[in-house]
Amino acid sequence: MAGSIPASAIASPAAAARPRIGPWREAWRRFRKHRLAVASAVVLGTIILAVLIGPLFWSLPIDEIDFTARLEGPSLAHPLGTDDLGQDLLARILYGGRISLAVGFAAMSVAVSVGVLVGAIAGMAGGRLDAALMWLTDLFLSLPQLPLLLLIIYLFRDALTGVVGQELGVFILIVTVIGAFNWMQVARLVRAQFFSLREKEFVEAARALGASRARLVWRHILPNALGPVIVAATIDVAAAIIAESTLSFLGLGFPPDIPTWGRLLFDAKDNLDFAPHWALFPGLAIFLTVVSINFVGDGLRDALDPRRVQ
Amino acid sequence: MTEDDLRQMIGRVKRGSLSRRGFVKRLAAFGLTAPMATQLLALHGINAASAQSVPAYKPTRRGGGGPLKILYWQASTLLNPHFAVGTTNQEASRVFYEPLAGWAADGTLHPVLAAEIPSIENKGLSEDGRTVTWKLKRGVKWHDGQDFTADDVVFNWEYAKNPAVAGVSSGSYTDINVVKVDDHTVRVEFQKPTPFWADAFVASRGMLIPKHLYKDYNGTNARDAPANLRPVGTGPYKFVSFAPGDNLRGELNPNYHMNNRPYFDTIEVKGGGDAVSAARAVLQTGDFDYAWNLQVEDEILKRLEAANRGKVNIVEGGNIEFVMLNVTDPHREVDGERASIKTEHPAFKDPAVREALSLLLDRGSIERFIYGRGGPATSNFLNNPPRFASPNTRWEFNIEKANQVLDAAGWARGRDGIRTKDGVRLRFIFQTSVNAPRQRTQAIYKQAAQRAGIDLELKSVTASVFFSADVANPDTYTKFFADMQMYTTTMTQADPQLFMNQYVSWEISSKANNWQGRNIVRWRNEEYDRIFREAEGELDPVKRAALFIRMNDLIVGSNHVIPLVKRPLVSASLNNLSTVLSAWDNTHWLISDWFRET
Repeated sequence: MAGSIPASAIASPAAAARPRIGPWREAWRRFRKHRLAVASAVVLGTIILAVLIGPLFWSLPIDEIDFTARLEGPSLAHPLGTDDLGQDLLARILYGGRISLAVGFAAMSVAVSVGVLVGAIAGMAGGRLDAALMWLTDLFLSLPQLPLLLLIIYLFRDALTGVVGQELGVFILIVTVIGAFNWMQVARLVRAQFFSLREKEFVEAARALGASRARLVWRHILPNALGPVIVAATIDVAAAIIAESTLSFLGLGFPPDIPTWGRLLFDAKDNLDFAPHWALFPGLAIFLTVVSINFVGDGLRDALDPRRVQ
Repeated sequence: MTEDDLRQMIGRVKRGSLSRRGFVKRLAAFGLTAPMATQLLALHGINAASAQSVPAYKPTRRGGGGPLKILYWQASTLLNPHFAVGTTNQEASRVFYEPLAGWAADGTLHPVLAAEIPSIENKGLSEDGRTVTWKLKRGVKWHDGQDFTADDVVFNWEYAKNPAVAGVSSGSYTDINVVKVDDHTVRVEFQKPTPFWADAFVASRGMLIPKHLYKDYNGTNARDAPANLRPVGTGPYKFVSFAPGDNLRGELNPNYHMNNRPYFDTIEVKGGGDAVSAARAVLQTGDFDYAWNLQVEDEILKRLEAANRGKVNIVEGGNIEFVMLNVTDPHREVDGERASIKTEHPAFKDPAVREALSLLLDRGSIERFIYGRGGPATSNFLNNPPRFASPNTRWEFNIEKANQVLDAAGWARGRDGIRTKDGVRLRFIFQTSVNAPRQRTQAIYKQAAQRAGIDLELKSVTASVFFSADVANPDTYTKFFADMQMYTTTMTQADPQLFMNQYVSWEISSKANNWQGRNIVRWRNEEYDRIFREAEGELDPVKRAALFIRMNDLIVGSNHVIPLVKRPLVSASLNNLSTVLSAWDNTHWLISDWFRET
C-alpha cells in the first residue's frame, strides 16, 4: 500500500508532460491512420468546394445554346466539352452538383434525425413501446423504396409544386421521401447502442447521482452512441445521391432543364458511343462522390469507435 | 388549275391520249396528287393500275428465306384489330389479318383480299357516290382451313359497329350498310354521297376477322374471345406464340393466297426497349432486320448508318409535331373541372401572346440540329397529301419582332425580366413526353422565350403516362392541364377528314366525355365547324381540297396550334432486306412481299 504512493508520484509528472488528448483529437489521430479515408476526404472536400464556389469563377451560363459547338470534346473553352445543344458541361456539372449534394445531405439529416429519435425512444422506453416502434421499423424496411418513390412523386408533386414552385417542391419531396426511407438502419443502431449503454456503470453512476432521464440520454448515452450513427449517415448521403440520380435518369424528379447529375447521364446515354465525354464526367462525379463518402464513413467508424484501442 | 382543266384532263386519260401516270404527275405539279387523284380517276371510270405502285417481287418460290426479325420498341398487348388502340397493336394484328385492300405509298389502293379495286368501269362504284361493290378473291382460306367468304366480311361490319363490342374501328362502320350479294361479293351502301369511300374494309381499320371464331363473341363478351390472343387470319404468316408486351412469333402459311409468298419461314415481332436501342439493333449490330418508328435525333441515325449494315427508310406522310396553346385556363377549377371550356386562358386570350410564341419557335434550328431528315420544318398543320397543303402560311423565327408585338400589346417587363400585364405574368407550364428530341426542343424554345420576357416552366411526362387514356391521371395529353404542350399527332388515312376533325367544337375534350374528345386544345370556331360539315359531303375533289386548306389556315392562323416539324415515318432495315412501306397504311400492310436480296 505504501509503495503505491511514490509510484504515483513519479507517474503523475510524466502524465502531465504528455499533451492532454481529448476524444476528438484522439479520433482525428485514428482517422489519419486510414489513408484511403484521408484521401477520400480531400476528394470530397474538393468536390464540395468546387460546386459551392466554382460557379463564381466559371461563369458560363448553364443553358446557353450554341449550335456551332455541339458535342465537342474537352477543350480550353469548354474543359469538359459540350452537349448536343452546345451547352457547357462544366457549368452544368457544377450546377447539378449543388442539387445532387444538397439532396444527399438534406436527405441524410432527415434520415438521421428520425432514426435517432425513434431509436432513442425505443431504446430508453423498452417494453411495448419498443416492440411497437420496432414493428414500424420492420414495416418500413420491407417497403420497396423506388416504386414507392415513384408513386409518391406521382401523387403529390402537383399539389406541392403548386405551393412552393416546381424546383423547390421536387426538392422537398425527394428529400422527404429518401429521408423517410433511410432512417431504419439508424434507428436500429441507436436502439442497440442504448440497450447496452444504459446498463453501463457510468450511466448507473449518473443515475445514482440523481440525473434526470433527459440528462442521462442527452449528456451520457447519446454522445457515446454517436459513432455508428455518423457512419450510417455517410452511407445515407451516398444512397440519397444515387436515388436522386436514378429518378432523374428515369426522367422523373427535377424538371428536364435542371441539369442534375442523373439528368445529365440520362441525356447523354443515347450519344454514348460518339460523345462519351458527355456521360463520362457526370458519371465520374457521381462515382467519386459516392466512393469517397463511403471511405470517409469507413474512416470515421475506425476513428469514433471508443472500444478500438490502438 | 380550274375545275374545267381537271375535267378535260380526265377526259384525255379516258381517251387514252394521257397515261394514268402522266395524269398523276401533272396533278402533282399543281399540288394535287396521291390517293385522291387516283380516286378521282376511279370515280370517272378509270381503273387504277395498282400493280405498278408496288415494287416487283423477285423470289420464285415460297419459303426458304429463314427468319424475319422485326423490332417494335413499343410492345403490342393484344391481337384483335378491332381493339387495336395504338399503331403497335394494329401492326401486330396485320401480320395475321388482312383487309380487302391496302394503301400503297403513292396513295393508290392495292387489292389484298379483294379480287379487284372497285371503279366505275368495273361497276364497283356507283355514279352517285353512294355504293361500293367489292368482289372478293376466290379460294382464300383461313389458317384453320375454313373458306373466306362474303359472310365473314358482313360479320366484321356487324361486329365493328356493335356498341357492346366497343371496338376502336366502330367509326368506320356505324354509318354504313353492308349487304351480301353472293358468296364472293359484298356491297357497301352509304347514307349520303361519300367522297372518301375506301374506309370500311380497307387498311388498318379494315382487317377482317373470321366469323366462325368470333360469332359467339359479338357482344359484351368480345374481350373474352380466345382468338383475341390466338389469331386465325388469312395472312402470309400463321400464329405460333404471343407474349403480350414482349414478343410475337409466326410461321409461314403454306396455303397463302398469293403465289410464291411469303419468302420468310418464320417471323418474330419483338417489343420493348427504346427507339435508340432499336436503331442500334438494326443499323449497328444487325441483330434485327427491321426497326419501326425511329424517333431519334438524325445525328445519331447518321452515325449509326455509317456502320454500313443497314439503311434508314423515310416515308412521307401526314404526321406532325406541333405545339398547342391552351384555350382554357388549366389553373382554375370550374364545377370541379380544370381547363373547363367555361374558362378562358388569362394570357393566351391575347392574340399578341400567341403570335409572339409562334415567332419564338426556332423551327429552322430544330429541323437542322435535332430532327434532320426525320422532321422538315413546316408552317402547316395539314401537309399531306400535297394537294391539301396550304400555300398561304409562312413560319418565321424572330425574337425582335416577338418583343415588338408584346411591347405593342402592353406586356411590360417586370423586375425579373418576365412580362406582366394586369396581374397576369407570362409564365407557362410547357409539357411533353419524355423523349430526347422533345426535351431538346423544349430547351431551345425556353431560351428563345426567355429573351422575349416569357418564362417557360418545362415538364416532361413518361410517354406511357402522357399518351395513356387513363381517366384518373392528370398528366395525360388529352386532359392538357398545362398551358402549352407538344406532341405528334398521326394522320392514319390518305384523306384529311378524320385528321381535321380534331378542331371541331363537338370534339372538345372535357370531363363530360372522359377526355376522349379529339379537340384537345379546346378551340372553338364557327366558321371551322361550318366548312368541316360542308367538306364531309362535297364530292368534287377540288372544292373539297379548298375547304380543307381553309380549315388549316384557320387553325394555324389562330396560333393556338403552332406546327413545328413534319414527321415522316422513319424506320431502319438491313441493307439486304427489301420492304414495301407506305405512310398511309401499317408498316406490315404488305408483309407478304418482303424478301431478302441475295
